[in-house]
Amino acid sequence: MSGSVVDNTVSSGNSSAAIPTDISGQILDLDEDDDLEVFSKDTTLTDGSSFNASMQTSPASMINQYKFEEDADTKDIFVTVDNPESHVTAIETYITYRVMTKTTRSEFDSSEFEVRRRYQDFLWLKGRLEEAHPTLIVHPLPEKFVVKGMVERFNEDFIETRRRALHRFLNKIAEHPIFSSSEDFKIFLTAASGELTSHKKQGPGFLSRMGDTVKAVAAAVRGVRNRPQEFTEMQEYVEAFSQKISSLDKVTQRIVREQKEYLEELKECGPTYALWSQSEEELAEPLKNVAGCVDRCCKETEEQVKNLSDQLIPVLHEYVLCADTLKAVLRRRDNIQADFEAKTEALATKKADRDTMRDDLDKAEDRLEWANNALKSDWTRWQKVMRTDLRSAFVDTAERNVSYYEKCLAVWESFLHSQRTDAEGNGKVDFS
Amino acid sequence: MLACDYLVCTQASFPFCSLFVIHKYDTTNLTPGIIYNIWDTSLLKKMEISVAEAEKRTGKNAVNMQETYTVYLIETRPVDAASEGTNPALDSLWRRYSEFELLRNYLLVTYPFAVVPPLPEKRAEFVWHKLSADNMDPDFVERRRVGLENFLLRVASHPVLSSDKIFYLFLTEENGWKETVFETGFQAKADSRLKALNATFRVKNPDKRFAEMKHYGDELQSVISQLLRVRARAADRLYGVYKVHGNYGRVFSEWSAIEKEMGDGLQSAGHHMDAYAASVDDILEEEEHYADQLKEYLFYADALRYMCRKHELTQYELEMAVQDLTSKKQQQEELATGTIRTFSLKGMTSKLFGQETPEQREAKLKMLETQIEEGEEQVKERNAECDEFVKSAWVDIERFKEQKDHDLRESLISYAIMQISMCKKGIQVWNNAKECFNKM
Repeated sequence: MSGSVVDNTVSSGNSSAAIPTDISGQILDLDEDDDLEVFSKDTTLTDGSSFNASMQTSPASMINQYKFEEDADTKDIFVTVDNPESHVTAIETYITYRVMTKTTRSEFDSSEFEVRRRYQDFLWLKGRLEEAHPTLIVHPLPEKFVVKGMVERFNEDFIETRRRALHRFLNKIAEHPIFSSSEDFKIFLTAASGELTSHKKQGPGFLSRMGDTVKAVAAAVRGVRNRPQEFTEMQEYVEAFSQKISSLDKVTQRIVREQKEYLEELKECGPTYALWSQSEEELAEPLKNVAGCVDRCCKETEEQVKNLSDQLIPVLHEYVLCADTLKAVLRRRDNIQADFEAKTEALATKKADRDTMRDDLDKAEDRLEWANNALKSDWTRWQKVMRTDLRSAFVDTAERNVSYYEKCLAVWESFLHSQRTDAEGNGKVDFS
Repeated sequence: MLACDYLVCTQASFPFCSLFVIHKYDTTNLTPGIIYNIWDTSLLKKMEISVAEAEKRTGKNAVNMQETYTVYLIETRPVDAASEGTNPALDSLWRRYSEFELLRNYLLVTYPFAVVPPLPEKRAEFVWHKLSADNMDPDFVERRRVGLENFLLRVASHPVLSSDKIFYLFLTEENGWKETVFETGFQAKADSRLKALNATFRVKNPDKRFAEMKHYGDELQSVISQLLRVRARAADRLYGVYKVHGNYGRVFSEWSAIEKEMGDGLQSAGHHMDAYAASVDDILEEEEHYADQLKEYLFYADALRYMCRKHELTQYELEMAVQDLTSKKQQQEELATGTIRTFSLKGMTSKLFGQETPEQREAKLKMLETQIEEGEEQVKERNAECDEFVKSAWVDIERFKEQKDHDLRESLISYAIMQISMCKKGIQVWNNAKECFNKM
């Protein structure tokens, strides 16, 4: 795991009262942004060549199952993550979340479950799914959080943001045609804490994992020779998508920062008008009125900023992590192919153990075919989901912006109205 | 429009004015004893005035160095109600800012009881990031042009100032105007007045109303300065918020290139984000006009304070004259009765070295009598001066108050209208963007 630094607290950072950076009419050069956040990449080191024992059906039948299913509207499982609680033991303090499941699926013993899980448990689940399905796309988890050495895990905002992300994670798993029927997933949702701990201890032992890792590294070093065109195109897309979505994330964070600074200044306007009204007679009423209007607009702006931070940024953030997941998935696929190519070469050159080698080669070929098909259909699926997610996130943002301006509009129109009735009452001003 | 009053011109006001203006020309067409309806003499009834253009000029200045400066075109046209159909000729001349300053200084000295309209600022202040502080910047020049026109219109609609001949010549005589102004000798009075005003003096019985007015002037200046500062900083930040959205435009456009179904929606949404980012320029330009309106009253506050100070000076001079008279009368009494109530070196020496001769005493008494006569005249004059000042000043202050209340209320309303317009633009852009996003 890379020890990267993530600063989730969006500070108004380096902008002092002095003249801000010149962005008049120009495109921001975001790469020079000092407040740039580095995302930790939580990619597990599982490779493609380990064949998880929890796979129960043959590769052939699995291929059929991986064809994208269109009937996603009939949802038969509902998962929620809420109610964070802090636990203190002698060794550590940690947070658990309540995970509630309601389902009509027959493979579940009951229709309702309630368990408590901590972040580690989610990590475990993700790892298991990736191990079992190296070329399927697992939705990212929120990152671990370390701020310059100080662990801010118990900050309320952070916990809430994480809770929402964990909720989305489980729902994405539940909506996935393959993952949702994973045994590990079922255990995660239903097992009592003790059961889960013992289940976690199963699975491929340390030594076998070590062996797999060595093989993976070897395959990676060797590289793939004849990558099919569609996967090369996929890689190019992922590269570009990763850049774009990262840019959008940065732009949105910048907008939030600028709006917060605007809010700080705006907060001083209202009181200044109010102060002025104290020196005036005739003007006192309109000045107080304006002060009130400015204050109300401040509140709306504050809410607007909060919405942006709570709704749009987390989604963009997740898709930045998705891009990294996609890159990892493509790498794993490449490794499976590299392994197959190596075995093919070996069979061609070596004379001894031909039967075992032929066996190995067949298995490797199956694995490759399976991996490729899995990736292809999950890729289509992922694109649809991404499109829906991002579309609704941006539509939501636009709607909130409209609502913000509508509220401010109403505030100022009420001021005009009050001045109008005042003026007409005194027979003073003609508004035509 | 403006409240108007009848200015009662009595014999008293003209000696008062004549203290400051040496009439080479008959600068007033007002004769004492007649009551005038101010509107009849308001210059705006007779002519249209505008500052139409600004131009750069280069020339040699007083120290024979090359300099660049801006001149403003003042256009006037007589308003002749009878000839509605015909288009009367437009008179025009060029003036630079320093000439406006000269005019204003002349008015300040000549009409001390008037709240003289202020000029637009000499240097750009309360600027926020994008605004230029450069006097040659076209936007600054344009805003100054508007401010100068406003100044002329204010003077032209002032019940007293609009009848001033020097003002009229400023609008109509390009050449020789400066010499004419200097010939009025106002500069000398200005200098002595300035020195007096800058000195510290204490008034024994300050007029409560003027003290309150001065306090109000202080508060107004302080609060408007604060408001302008805060507003400028907020404008700066708002600019940043809008401009960053321009990046959405760029990234959406780049992203749309790699997407199939989402491409069109993204691309068109990007255009709306660009439009949003661009819209802030107009929004803030309009707000700058609002800031200029506030600035005018910031400077008016200064004029108010200046006037209160002038009143204090007249009051002080009256008190000094009274004090002087009292002391002279006392001396007279002492000399006449032979009792010394006040200490004086002369008194002491005469006590020590013997009394003065009856002739000497007689001479002294006679001198004192003349001095007392003069002193009483002086006190009467200064009393009248004070009264006149207070009366006229208070008339103008009331006029100014009504103007200020009306104007600033209008400004606040126009500010609200600007905010509404900004909100409407925002609603439109984001609704458009939403439609595009829906097509993603």
